[in-house]
Amino acid sequence: MPTRFLTLALVPLAALALVACGDDDDGGEAADEGTTTTAASEDAPERIVSLAPTTTEMLFAIGAGDQVVAVDDQSNYPEDVPQTDLSGFEPNVEAIVGYEPDLVVLTDDNGDVVAGLEAADVETLLLPAAATIDDSYDQLSQLGEVTGHEDEAADVVQGMQDDIEEITQSVPVPDGPPPTYYHELDQTFFTATSSTFIGQVYEMVGLENIADAADADGSGYPQLSAEYILEQNPDIIFLADTKCCGQSAETVAARPGWAELDAVTSDHVVELDDDIASRWGPRVVDLLRTVADEVARVPAG
Amino acid sequence: MIRVERLGVGWLAAGVAAVLVAVVAGVAAGPVSLAPFDVGRELLDHLPFVEVRSGLTDRQAAIVWDLRLPRVVLGLLVGAMLAVTGSSYQGVFRNPLADPYLLGVAAGAGFGATLAIVSGASTDVGFVEPLPLAAFAGALAAVGLTYLLGAAGDRFRSPAALILAGVAVASFLTALQTYVQQRESETLRDVYAWLLGRLSTAHWDEVRLLLPYAVITAVVLLAHRRALDVLSVGDEEAAALGLHPKRTRLVVVIVASLGAAAAVSVSGLIIFVGIIVPHTIRLVAGTSYRVILPLSLLLGGAFLALVDLLARTVVAPAELPLGVVTAFFGAPFFAVVLRSSRRATA
Repeated sequence: MPTRFLTLALVPLAALALVACGDDDDGGEAADEGTTTTAASEDAPERIVSLAPTTTEMLFAIGAGDQVVAVDDQSNYPEDVPQTDLSGFEPNVEAIVGYEPDLVVLTDDNGDVVAGLEAADVETLLLPAAATIDDSYDQLSQLGEVTGHEDEAADVVQGMQDDIEEITQSVPVPDGPPPTYYHELDQTFFTATSSTFIGQVYEMVGLENIADAADADGSGYPQLSAEYILEQNPDIIFLADTKCCGQSAETVAARPGWAELDAVTSDHVVELDDDIASRWGPRVVDLLRTVADEVARVPAG
Repeated sequence: MIRVERLGVGWLAAGVAAVLVAVVAGVAAGPVSLAPFDVGRELLDHLPFVEVRSGLTDRQAAIVWDLRLPRVVLGLLVGAMLAVTGSSYQGVFRNPLADPYLLGVAAGAGFGATLAIVSGASTDVGFVEPLPLAAFAGALAAVGLTYLLGAAGDRFRSPAALILAGVAVASFLTALQTYVQQRESETLRDVYAWLLGRLSTAHWDEVRLLLPYAVITAVVLLAHRRALDVLSVGDEEAAALGLHPKRTRLVVVIVASLGAAAAVSVSGLIIFVGIIVPHTIRLVAGTSYRVILPLSLLLGGAFLALVDLLARTVVAPAELPLGVVTAFFGAPFFAVVLRSSRRATA
């Protein structure tokens, strides 16, 4: 049986191509498999398990959906994904191996699952949370290469780049200072700064983040004081806690003191889809479009 | 030997002064700098029959009246409840390490809150927020269960049975809560937001919810301050002195649990206050419950309100989790208590 290890955390693509074709350990019954040609589609994994919503979305976007046999319990897009009760937070190696995968794609090495899968001779591809949009493109390319869908992956990346270009071009440049925003992660006012992936999406359309001053430790995800949010009076409030925590424009307006905010009085509280706003797959374009539409509604100055 | 210490006027004045300092500092300071004079006038304006222009904008006024003041008041109430219930438990159980969560209040509240979040009940925009109510119900149910188990065991002859029952109930409910939480992992964030102790989202609603229980708890526990002193010499001696140890213990446990449950339901888990404050008072002011209980109310409230002030100003405009700040002071203190309690109970 060929032992192939493929544990990556954003390694250069060249290294990936080398490893992806597989290392034989010669002692196997199926030594004919895993010849040392370049990664070709007959070599491509046929039983992929995806343990994270973002990797699931990426796999399906690049046309590798047919090779995916199981996805984790959080993967809910696209609609027809083979959702199982596998968990990416508390992964169970035995349960994963039960699906007889030849590739497991995941975003977090929780509970040393990668080592566990390696011990069980299962290839893994670790694609941690993207820090920039370029990381997203890289991850799509990597997945394309590993699954034998290089061309489709390149098309998806090109499509995203074109869409993003078009959307950012369409956003009017404000005369005065840029509009400010607050991106809410939960109702205790955890938020994301400009240095995060999501923050860069907002930056693409010229928005200014009110949380940047609060990130002394550089985590990117500080918890703000309610009174600071009131003082800053952001032009737009984006809620990324509509699904997890049931927040809405209505609940925001009902918070004591918040009714005075310009974003509330002038109807600039945007209810985002938590899922889209927390994943770094192809749907980041949808998020950008929502944000851009909102920016277009904000009066200049 | 019964201690006959009384609460000296000096200590009472110090307690009241600490509360005043906490209120003034808590309302005057914050991540947003407002002129203290304007803040004062804004507060005066809210008094009946007083009309003053504070010079603050509507949003600044909202910061003072809707955010800062309820947060300070809630900090006072929660801190007072945790400290006074902690010291009462320490008294009735004659255990220096007893805290307000001893009988499963925290685990019960956590389980109740998790159920409310998972079932979606927490999202209602209604007159009453369902989440604290669910936490409160869970906390009371947990204490009820603890009491049934502990009392069934050996009819309260030894308070240890009740403490052990509390450990069992807390472990069981924590297991249930973790299970539910994991089955519904999309609600994880919401559950954690609740579990970690916090005053950062304090509103008048929570003050209104906690206040009646806080008043009842404070009054009843203070009324038992002499009984707790008598109990501290042992059940037989207390009975010889004309006290019903079981009945007294039952009343104190029920009322303290009510107060602890109400506090935890609005603030989540805030640890160490229920231990640090009573023991500090024992060390510096006296070991009679006539001293400990009233000072616990005052100093517990002042302590938590001031710690919360640190939590929201040290890294402003970001917040530190309240639990981090209390534990930062609490953990070293806890070690000292452990060391000295070994002597006391040997």
